[in-house]
Amino acid sequence: MTGLQSVFTSGNEAIAEGAIAAGASFFAGYPITPSSEIAETAARRLPETGGMYVQMEDELSGMAAIVGASVSGARAFTATSGPGFSLMQENLGMAVMGEIPCVVVNVQRSGPSTGMATKPAQGDVMQARWGTHGDHGIITLAPSSVQDCYDFTIRAFSLAGRFRTPVILLADAAVAKLKENVRFRSPAPEERAPRPLPDCPPEAYRPFAVDPEEKAITPLPPFGSDYIFRITGSMHDEAGGQGASPANADRVIRHLAGKIEKNRDVIVRVRRFFLDDADLAVISFGCSARSARAAVREARRQGIPAGLLELTTLWPFPDDDVRDVLSRVRGAVVPELNLGQAAGEVRRLNDFGIPVRGICRVDGTLIPPGDILSALREARS
Amino acid sequence: MTARNFREYLAENRLPTIWCPGCGNGIVLKAIAGAFADLGLDRRKTAAVSGIGCWGWADDYLAVNAFHGTHGRALAFATGIKLANPELTVVVLMGDGDGATIGGNHLIHAARRNVDLTAVVVNNYNYGMTGGQYSGTTPRGSITSTSPLGHVEDPFDLCALTAAAGAPFVARGSVCGGENLRALIRRGLEHRGFSFVEAASVCPTHFGRRNGLRTAVEAFSWLRDHSLSRKRAAGLSEEELHGKQVLGVFADRQSEDYGTRYRKAAEALRGEGESS
Repeated sequence: MTGLQSVFTSGNEAIAEGAIAAGASFFAGYPITPSSEIAETAARRLPETGGMYVQMEDELSGMAAIVGASVSGARAFTATSGPGFSLMQENLGMAVMGEIPCVVVNVQRSGPSTGMATKPAQGDVMQARWGTHGDHGIITLAPSSVQDCYDFTIRAFSLAGRFRTPVILLADAAVAKLKENVRFRSPAPEERAPRPLPDCPPEAYRPFAVDPEEKAITPLPPFGSDYIFRITGSMHDEAGGQGASPANADRVIRHLAGKIEKNRDVIVRVRRFFLDDADLAVISFGCSARSARAAVREARRQGIPAGLLELTTLWPFPDDDVRDVLSRVRGAVVPELNLGQAAGEVRRLNDFGIPVRGICRVDGTLIPPGDILSALREARS
Repeated sequence: MTARNFREYLAENRLPTIWCPGCGNGIVLKAIAGAFADLGLDRRKTAAVSGIGCWGWADDYLAVNAFHGTHGRALAFATGIKLANPELTVVVLMGDGDGATIGGNHLIHAARRNVDLTAVVVNNYNYGMTGGQYSGTTPRGSITSTSPLGHVEDPFDLCALTAAAGAPFVARGSVCGGENLRALIRRGLEHRGFSFVEAASVCPTHFGRRNGLRTAVEAFSWLRDHSLSRKRAAGLSEEELHGKQVLGVFADRQSEDYGTRYRKAAEALRGEGESS
């Protein structure tokens, strides 16, 4: 698709189109409500663009197949929902340890377990962060509109390649099923650029070499190039051989966290609404941020100086932005469709002793703007 | 393609292997390197994908592209690797625990899906690296660290399983016949589509020791004496075949592989099929 095109479509379809616009050529996965339109759109659209769709036997193999395709050089993605995301955690960890770029879309639904398959939720904030075992960094983006679904998917591929990491697009059933007008923009050339090849001779290539400053990430050439190398989910040295010495293990784990943490300035994005003179802040993300926006607008109309900080990057958590907002307001409200997963992070950053109130909903329905407005009124009194 | 020396495909700087003395893995490793050499494979266009366990370390000793994945998922990683780059020759290295137990679902679907891969399962009838617990191929009655009473489950016949699931090439060799194994793996690599080669092997450290085979020599002798060709097995009853390894080729048919079928269908969709 070239140029600008405004299309009335759903979040799920916009995610698949965003992936293709970003140059994705490989989807593997397992169908699950409410994400299945992503697979269906990928199955229809990828062969039109020279790519490939494979429906695997489960989410474990779906995740594994995209990791394999990425090692062969493809921009690869999968899509799932909570229970499937749980099954993907094993090989998501493989992608973290092997430093293999890929994009995992989780259209959240009610849980735990099968929960309510068609009802929206935002209960996978912590699963996105810590679902796989062991210490590591992770990047998670949270769209709140169909346009975000398109744009953030493109950004997810870009970040995945740049930092050699899986990136999670943490959508929710409300946004993914929503239909809105979307501008299908053409990504900039650098957003579609293939992964760079190493500039060293093949015999000198070390797939897991680390820049001490964590600013440059070692390129990952595709299998089949002049570079012959070993990728592994086991603890490894720079060449990909066995590396279980205490010093090396420490170095590798710190690198997996550090390459994300030390690049927060590139990764972390937030949106600010009416925060400049706010003395009450709403901090939210995804579908709940939509309600929050309406609530803040209404609050302003009623003379309550409230503002919204929308977290479009959830991991790494936008510590600096949240701390900055908390330092300037008298109280904060955190609406989310879970029992306080993001609110806990906000409280972690509350060095200012202000009241932080969660608005938590887990009944499979959305948070109405009125609930947030009421909380703002109460916070003011 | 010209035949080469098998040593070109071994990462000799990483030898010796971590495997126990008397383990069958080294023989299979040599058979694979030999099959690569017979076909003169370009090391840059060759990938070994492995899982976890003793045999899962095999990729470390091969001087080709290697992917050492998670337990049981090697075939799923390999599916992505091959489909995203059809130029690669992909060999998948799994043990019986890895490939046929935790990875059993992937194995039957890989056989059915028919991606152009060659799976080499080394079957030593137990989990070696974890300490000799029973796997999906442990014979009934065997003693393992988790079947101290004698194993009460029946094992998979991996060749019958993969052939029934649709694998176009299925064969079983043994570490008692390294050259035959090399030829079977070569045929698997040459076969377009999913090919499955089982290498019947020994684990003197755990399985042999617990089942009355006190040394590696006894383990190898037992395997040799309990192996027979398909031809010789043909006239025997089920009872007579109990506890025996039948060696040979169990499926050898042509069936268009997944990647070829998919790409043809996609080209037809794009209107490229007829004109090109």
